[in-house]
Amino acid sequence: MLGEAMILFQIAGIGMIVAIIHTVLKQMGKEEIAQFTTLMGFILVLLIVLGKLSELFQQIKSVFLFQG
Amino acid sequence: MDIIIVVSIGIVASLLALIVKEQNSSIAFFVVVVTGIIIFLFVLQKITGILLLIEQLGERANVEGLYIKTILKIIGIAYITEFGAHLIRDAGLSAIAAKIELAGKIIIITVAIPILTAVIETILHFMPGG
Repeated sequence: MLGEAMILFQIAGIGMIVAIIHTVLKQMGKEEIAQFTTLMGFILVLLIVLGKLSELFQQIKSVFLFQG
Repeated sequence: MDIIIVVSIGIVASLLALIVKEQNSSIAFFVVVVTGIIIFLFVLQKITGILLLIEQLGERANVEGLYIKTILKIIGIAYITEFGAHLIRDAGLSAIAAKIELAGKIIIITVAIPILTAVIETILHFMPGG
């Protein structure tokens, strides 16, 4: 349970680091690369969250609906 | 002391979400989603024990297995629907959330059709001359 909660800090950390990178790149005047970084961070977090979500749905299926 | 764990995870998650929201609101939403998933997974382990109890009670009371299975299915659908609808309402899309709730209700009724027909048949059976 507490070990799983570490994923929260992971995601929040990714969010903050991506925001910092975005700000730095913007200051350097590289708008496109800054946008790209934000998109990449979003996709990274999306992958993590999708893994967790599929785990949740599998668990609900096996508990409530009696199938794999 | 499980509830303390759940509440502290909720508080920490809301703090993190508030902090991240200032810089990157889409990732803050993911923090909220993952919090919901973690708490739900935690509760699901407890629910398994309750469901076992319900099944045993049903067997002892000679309730037909189909009915208990249907009820469990309905509870599961209701949980999933609530989870999704609340998350989407948090993201600010209450129109889609309302549609998800509607879909949940309709799917629950379709799952419950065997029970409904059984009830109606029983009532018709009681009626004189039916």
